[in-house]
Amino acid sequence: MSTRTFLRWPARPSSAETLSFADRMATVRFDVADKAHITVDSTVCEKCTTKACVTACPADLFVPKTDGGILFNYEQCFECGTCYMVCGARGAIRWSYPEGGHGVVFRHG
Amino acid sequence: MSGAPSSDDRYPDGHLAAPPRRPATSPLPPSATAAPAARPANAGHDADVIVVGAGPAGSAAALVAARAGKSVLLLERGPFPGAKNLYGGVVYGRVLDDLVPDWAEQAPIQRWVTRRQTMILTGDQALAIDYRNQKWGRPPYNGATTLRSEFDAWFAGLAEKDGATLVTSTVATGLLRDPLTGQITGVRTDRPDGDLRAPLVIAADGVNSFLAKEAGLYPKAGARHFTLGAKEVLSLPRREIEARFGVRDRDGVDIEILGGTGGVAGGGFVYTNLDTIAVGVVLSVTDLATSRQRPEELIAGLKAHPAIHPLVEGGELIEYGAHLIPEGGYDAMPALAGDGLLVAGDAAAMCLAAGIWLEGVNFAIASGAAAGRTAVEALDAGDTSARGLAGYRRSLESSFVLADHRKLRRAPALVLGDRTQHRYPDLICGIVEDMFTVTNPRPKRGLMTIARARLRGSGVRLRDLARDGTAALRTFG
Repeated sequence: MSTRTFLRWPARPSSAETLSFADRMATVRFDVADKAHITVDSTVCEKCTTKACVTACPADLFVPKTDGGILFNYEQCFECGTCYMVCGARGAIRWSYPEGGHGVVFRHG
Repeated sequence: MSGAPSSDDRYPDGHLAAPPRRPATSPLPPSATAAPAARPANAGHDADVIVVGAGPAGSAAALVAARAGKSVLLLERGPFPGAKNLYGGVVYGRVLDDLVPDWAEQAPIQRWVTRRQTMILTGDQALAIDYRNQKWGRPPYNGATTLRSEFDAWFAGLAEKDGATLVTSTVATGLLRDPLTGQITGVRTDRPDGDLRAPLVIAADGVNSFLAKEAGLYPKAGARHFTLGAKEVLSLPRREIEARFGVRDRDGVDIEILGGTGGVAGGGFVYTNLDTIAVGVVLSVTDLATSRQRPEELIAGLKAHPAIHPLVEGGELIEYGAHLIPEGGYDAMPALAGDGLLVAGDAAAMCLAAGIWLEGVNFAIASGAAAGRTAVEALDAGDTSARGLAGYRRSLESSFVLADHRKLRRAPALVLGDRTQHRYPDLICGIVEDMFTVTNPRPKRGLMTIARARLRGSGVRLRDLARDGTAALRTFG
């Protein structure tokens, strides 16, 4: 079964810079859709030993839970696709595009 | 709400933020039925061609087909073309010479690249080939930096002027097929009553191309064929950028970097825009996954390198972002045509990532334009089956698009291979270090002595060096 859990941003400072990750993400424009475009099957995550999504996601959307599952946030997603690619054959992460007109809006891409 | 919206609330095309979606009753904007240049589509069809994705490939396809009098729907999932796009900085515009002869005057260019560096970074060393050419700042030009929110919107606008109907804020969520023949007959969209039918669909839906995958055109698309580009755009005064990078007026700089990515296979880049600079890393997705390093930390590491820090220091972050890049090249491409479907641009892995040559937008435009031409021919012949669309691949094979990709098919493995990524930068910088470090009172050693000693210490076997050298010659020579 899919779970949908939403997290607020941890204000965690990134190395070598004074900018917090929250400040970094605040530079990006998102027109957030009501509906999540990512689903994560946390029961698969519990058996996953690598949890590559946690470090690879450039928007830091995936956070490990103490029980081995994954909490995630879809709201500040770059829609790049890295998460489902590193999840690969495990297939816990299902991903599509947000509803038309929503999601990330790059102004300086 | 009162007060005028700030300029930041406006999209580049002048829309306000979060434009209202079109009424649910009709999937098409009113202009779709009134496109003057467009020949009316056949009964049961909403258009002659549906192009999915208004990036460079999709807009080129739409422009070509619309100019030939076909009715074209150009779907874009973002609120405006370019909203979802982020790239490594340089557009080579000569590909537009035929389609848009005065592109250089029209296009929203930030700077013309007149200085290009290819740089190797190790711990605290840097070796750069620094090339300048003032001719590149004048017609016919070479590379240019642009922002995709501006460039893609401009180019889609040209397709619109030529009669294509741009429909934004619309996701093509799947393919429609003829239940008997399996021929693709249109797309499902996320608008209510959003099925759109046409004899031909052009999937220019980007690197993740769900449409090409749904059509079964992709072989097992492995993560190893993709890199993640993560980029910071930093604001600096225009004059400061020109002083730091040694350029003036509209001249700009493109720096491509091997190394500096924390041991993750990939590279880095720095580009100058008018009053911003873009700095970022390109990371093998599979290597990134196993490295346990975070993309923004790898950017921070690159920015902290003594060769890069003075260029980027003090720049205020105004946008962070990331996008996948299809780097697999020729051997990782999908089938380019199916029954009722053509694939173009990043969706067809047309991005050229060959180390010294890093190009994508030009390949997208050329493949899109070829798809548009094939679409016109196939529609005129009344055959949009895969066989009827076979001319697409032939035309790409005879143009630079697949000629370059075929020639450089070994480049991705060579460039992202272990020795190029982890051994050769240290080896090369070590040799140069020994060349230029004056060790008086010891007399100088000859270059071959230095090279042999460094090679012995590098862990690279002569046999592998010779093999890579041969492969590089066959690939790039």
